[in-house]
Amino acid sequence: MTHYRLEIRVRPRPGLLDPQGKAVHNSLVALGWEGVHDVRVGKAILIDMEAESAAAAREAAEAMCRKLLANPVTEDYEVVSAEALEGAGS
Amino acid sequence: MKVAVVTFPGSNCDHDLYKAAQQVGADAVFVWHRERGLGGYDAVLLPGGFSYGDYLRPGAIARLSPIMEDVVEFANAGGPVLGICNGFQMLCEAGLLPGALVRNDSLRFESRDVRLRVERTDTLFTSEYEDGQILRIPIAHGDGNFEADKETLEALEDAGRVVFRYVDVDGEATTEANPNGSWHNIAGLVNEGGNVLGMMPHPERAMEEILGSTDGVGLFTSLAASLAATRV
Repeated sequence: MTHYRLEIRVRPRPGLLDPQGKAVHNSLVALGWEGVHDVRVGKAILIDMEAESAAAAREAAEAMCRKLLANPVTEDYEVVSAEALEGAGS
Repeated sequence: MKVAVVTFPGSNCDHDLYKAAQQVGADAVFVWHRERGLGGYDAVLLPGGFSYGDYLRPGAIARLSPIMEDVVEFANAGGPVLGICNGFQMLCEAGLLPGALVRNDSLRFESRDVRLRVERTDTLFTSEYEDGQILRIPIAHGDGNFEADKETLEALEDAGRVVFRYVDVDGEATTEANPNGSWHNIAGLVNEGGNVLGMMPHPERAMEEILGSTDGVGLFTSLAASLAATRV
């Protein structure tokens, strides 16, 4: 078994109103970034876990997203990376 | 009528709900979320609050509590289940109701009285109201904005599953009367079988004159009457 660090991104689905993103957008424009035309605010989730392989870790992460980490009605998810952690394996 | 008031860590409307049920003559019992089994209960009530601190998404962690398996089974067997506020969010997360409740479009926690129009009086929960009756009931939530994909929303409307809608004093479902940005001013809806109701407003906080409104009483008397009728 190897230790993996998974990075998962969860964000509001396209088309769904993201009031948080809208508020951040307005604030960025107010700070002078007038070129900003859209902001979406989501979550980044880091998970350290043991798995047989990077593929198995990714597969587990996908299942976690479907079952808990993301709400399919309102959010999209993406497993961004599954990196083996140096010196943490057994 | 014996009703279970399921309590989660972070529930804060459980006592109000317990008292509301008692007020209409029900034998109310607190059931801790780690308990199992809902045999012997005539109805299950999921209270408002901030179960598990709303971590991840409101209701997302509570949905995994041991008792929720029994709630799902109870609901699928046709048992009446009422989820208020955080309870509504749990019902959506558990898949007993469609859609999801996301952040209010105002980005603020909205805590005030709203007006609701009763859209259906043929449910277990609304039989004692008049069709189109306007109720004054408090809301208190940060995530009450009902969302679903377009097909789901249209199917809900076509099937007449919207039970309560946010309206203005004239009973019109205007944008101004909508406290959270919910699609079509939806404040409460039932499942396909009509035995599961989720709603954001708090009828259990509108049970006594001294609290400003008694418009919530009808919901609990409706439930009591429906259960009494099925028992005969």
